[in-house]
Amino acid sequence: MLRDITIGQYFPGKSVIHRMDPRMKLILSIAYIVMLFCVGNEAGFLIPVIFLIAAIWISKIPFIMVLKGVKPILPLIIFTAVLNIFFVTGEPLVKLGFITITVDGIIVALKMVIRIIFLIMGTSLLTYTTSPIALTDAIEQLLRPLNKIHFPVHEMAMMMTIALRFIPTLIEETDKIMSAQKARGADMESGGLMQRAKALVPILIPLFISAFRRAEELALAMECRCYRGGEGRTRMRQLHYSSLDWYGAAVMAVCFAGVILLNIFVPAFV
Amino acid sequence: MKDLILAEHLHFEYVREEEENILVLNDIDVSIHQGEFVAILGHNGSGKSTLAKHFNAVLLPTSGRVLVDGVDTADQEHLFDIRQKVGMVFQNPDNQIVATIVEEDVAFALENLGVEPEEIRRRVDEALKTVDMYEFKEHAPHQLSGGQKQRIAIAGVIAMRPECVVLDEPTAMLDPKGRREVLRTVMELNRDYGTTVALITHYMDEAVHADRVIVVDHGDVVITGTPREIFSQVEKMKELGLDVPQVTELCYRLKQEGAPVPDDVITEDECTAALEQLLA
Repeated sequence: MLRDITIGQYFPGKSVIHRMDPRMKLILSIAYIVMLFCVGNEAGFLIPVIFLIAAIWISKIPFIMVLKGVKPILPLIIFTAVLNIFFVTGEPLVKLGFITITVDGIIVALKMVIRIIFLIMGTSLLTYTTSPIALTDAIEQLLRPLNKIHFPVHEMAMMMTIALRFIPTLIEETDKIMSAQKARGADMESGGLMQRAKALVPILIPLFISAFRRAEELALAMECRCYRGGEGRTRMRQLHYSSLDWYGAAVMAVCFAGVILLNIFVPAFV
Repeated sequence: MKDLILAEHLHFEYVREEEENILVLNDIDVSIHQGEFVAILGHNGSGKSTLAKHFNAVLLPTSGRVLVDGVDTADQEHLFDIRQKVGMVFQNPDNQIVATIVEEDVAFALENLGVEPEEIRRRVDEALKTVDMYEFKEHAPHQLSGGQKQRIAIAGVIAMRPECVVLDEPTAMLDPKGRREVLRTVMELNRDYGTTVALITHYMDEAVHADRVIVVDHGDVVITGTPREIFSQVEKMKELGLDVPQVTELCYRLKQEGAPVPDDVITEDECTAALEQLLA
């Protein structure tokens, strides 16, 4: 059951979006989020919405999969919507005792909901089309300038790689420890919240000890393979921007310009 | 033959606070020649792993010295030359694979050494073909079997083009199939590529394939010799808490019962021949 967890939710594929440089995808995802929040009026929302739907269509990722990414955030979305509906002041629409619902409130709430949903969908599309390792490489390359202020960029990327590498191993190990403890009579499925939390202790302690042991052995193996930090290190996989990436950037730039023009020339309701 | 690794009067003790230090290696003199396949045997706690860790400067002698291709392992300046020359493979394949993709892991050492990207690609492909794992190059390590993972670990080491590969019980955690795969890879490495191999093991049927066997007990080398010389000393081996190959054991017992069989049988074929002769 624990084995079913997939990490990073990457869907391998060969679409245009898959083939783009991970750095450009990362930059464009950030630009997309900024664009979502720059939209000033109702018409402007058309641009990021169409952009994302087109991107999903090009990537050949099933639309349902992208929507699923929104599911865990649903409570947050509802919470934000409710807050906005009840607490934005303006022309009252309905009055129920002490609760006032305004038109402005509904519009602001709607905007917020659209923004959050598309933000999540946009970032899910990034992780669906980019392997975790490519994403790590991209982050390492993009953050490289931070080396100048002594931010340990390489070390951080190495930590991410090792974490990704060991997640399946540790999941398997957790499974084994759980079985071993169950075989000794541990009860993990009954009792209240406190009892269940306590039942986790005999799983977590062996897991931690084994993780430390693994870390020690891994460090030794890395040293034996001449690891000495990021300095003077080369990479086998080189990232290259291709014409594809520049097209992507151009499309994003045009959309952004569209949003700004609409902001200036079309008056907003609110 | 040239000595690739040479240990002279090697002492090693673990330093402990408030307690007496533990002496692990006691005045060891041992050499491993270029191109040789050496098996190092010894029961648990005999110091065989500690000895192996001296071969690529993971541990440094308390006194005495270890030379790798003429360079003292205590020489910090040449640390990475030594580690590149003497690669090391450990017991648990899971704990020595760093990257999430097979080929990235094989490239790890070369990336550390600052090799050019095209050259890395070439050597990674070559190393993966050597261990017969080329078609798995884009797999994730956790999708592979134990034997396959261990071969990836070997590929990651031989990509550095080391002169010697030290394997510290590489088959201890594997199933019989995985053990055979790894042993075959190690033997090919020695025979076809001329790589010097030091195999630490407690499987006697693996040691039989070596050119020379070194037996370690209580931190000292007690016997060295060809597998045939070593395993024919059945009583001595038992005294040291070690086994002999099953076929050797069988012939030894037959001989004790008075059957006329040779006492230097170490392979199954030899045993079959001896038994056929006996029954004829």
